[in-house]
Amino acid sequence: MRIHFTRKNLGIPYVLFLLIFVVMPLLVLFYFAFTNGSGEFTLTNLTDFFTNPNTLGTLFYSFAIAATTTFFCLILAYPVAYFLATSKLKARSVIIMLFVLPMWINFSLRITALKEILTLIQGNLAFYPFANSVIGMTYDFLPFMILPIYTAIEKLDPALIEAAKDLGAGDKETFLRITLPLSLPGVMSGIAMVFLPSMTNYVVLDMLYNSTFIMGSLISSYFAADNWNGGSMIALILLLIICIFTLLTTTKEEDNKDGGNLL
Amino acid sequence: MKKGYKWVFLSLVLLFLYLPIVVLAIYSFTDSTSIGVIRNFSLQNYINLFTTPELRNMIIGTFVLALVSATIATILGTLGAIGSFYSKQKTSNAISVMNQIPVINADVVTGFSITILLVVVLKVSKDSFIPLLAGHVTLCAPFVYLAVMPKLIQMDSGLYEVALDLGATPARALRQIVFPQILPGVISGFLLSTTLSLDDYFITTYTKPATFDTISTYVVNATKGSQTSTKTALWALATVIFVLVIVVVLAMNIKALRAQDHK
Repeated sequence: MRIHFTRKNLGIPYVLFLLIFVVMPLLVLFYFAFTNGSGEFTLTNLTDFFTNPNTLGTLFYSFAIAATTTFFCLILAYPVAYFLATSKLKARSVIIMLFVLPMWINFSLRITALKEILTLIQGNLAFYPFANSVIGMTYDFLPFMILPIYTAIEKLDPALIEAAKDLGAGDKETFLRITLPLSLPGVMSGIAMVFLPSMTNYVVLDMLYNSTFIMGSLISSYFAADNWNGGSMIALILLLIICIFTLLTTTKEEDNKDGGNLL
Repeated sequence: MKKGYKWVFLSLVLLFLYLPIVVLAIYSFTDSTSIGVIRNFSLQNYINLFTTPELRNMIIGTFVLALVSATIATILGTLGAIGSFYSKQKTSNAISVMNQIPVINADVVTGFSITILLVVVLKVSKDSFIPLLAGHVTLCAPFVYLAVMPKLIQMDSGLYEVALDLGATPARALRQIVFPQILPGVISGFLLSTTLSLDDYFITTYTKPATFDTISTYVVNATKGSQTSTKTALWALATVIFVLVIVVVLAMNIKALRAQDHK
């Protein structure tokens, strides 16, 4: 068969690539998650996860870390984004750049820097594993929360705010009834960009001398033990959490922008 | 709210983001081995950074890997976006959904699943660099696709037809009419890919050959080790990257600001 040159055929290499390196690995993950070492179908990987207090504990601990990190990122990022987006300064686009610039620096080097400072303050990092994890994650992910919120508020039509004021709303009421609701899509994508990585980025914990486990660390420990079946089940559970979370945080507006994507 | 509070708050958040890295940068110019100890000025860390073969190879390796993966990802992702854009809605949606999987998925899961497929099932040796390269391209290509797609949508589609009517072959019309219009998307896709690859830890650690390290994997291992001369040489590396990022980001922003003024 001869393939004629048409514009849509240009996409064939990429589609093949996606099938081989995105779809196939997920199918293999499914297969391994529901089989044992000798390839027989089994549900033990699943039941093990939900009956073992350690793995269940890790799941809840990950949620706690991720929720706390998201909370702190939000209370730091929202005011920053709001002050800058509503400021009349001409240099505000440069100032916002200062806040997001750290995300271009290799994260392991940034965490190294944070570790040195925390060690100086605390002496021994092992005393506050939870607090240090949250500080590390907040430090790492804060720019990812600031940027989408800033963009959402900046896009707001100033006429809406003037209209609210003309109609007699005070500053507080304008904020609560106009700015805040309209900035929620930005908040949602910020939450998605902080919450999920906080459940999986176990290197932040490792680097801060932390012996506690999050979901990502579980995969890493199964990997180190060559336990592909157990690791696949963890990966699958994580994938399920990610899917649910993404569906919850994706707003209708974003769907339209991407041309009706499913996710 | 009082104006003063705003700036105090903004400064405090900036301090949180920059204090660790600035302190690290200052200490990189001393002979001290831990932060907080006051010692003498020294350039030894910078000399070590650029003369230790292990460190030099690791840095060169990281950048070569990033450039090679970004190049492949840019070609695949751009062709994929063009193909998808000119395909039927259904096909195009299917490609976009597949493309979205690595974007929302946790890097740990992506890295783990590619490793299982390539290394465990297909027995591809990690020493061949194929799993590593495949992993990095999988990480980057979807972002190129996402960067190019909006440019295709914004493009004046009539021009392509006009070129054909004037006797251009489809290949030539694509090269001379479509490509220049999507070029900004292609470039930002390439830059994003390079940064993603430089920053990656999770995919690298699962797929890399045992003797190869990128900045991320090297730094993470070095912080656990006790070799102080490598540890402090990495402070110098962090400083160099910090300065490079500032210069590049500021240069791009100033250029963008000037372009805005001209409009």
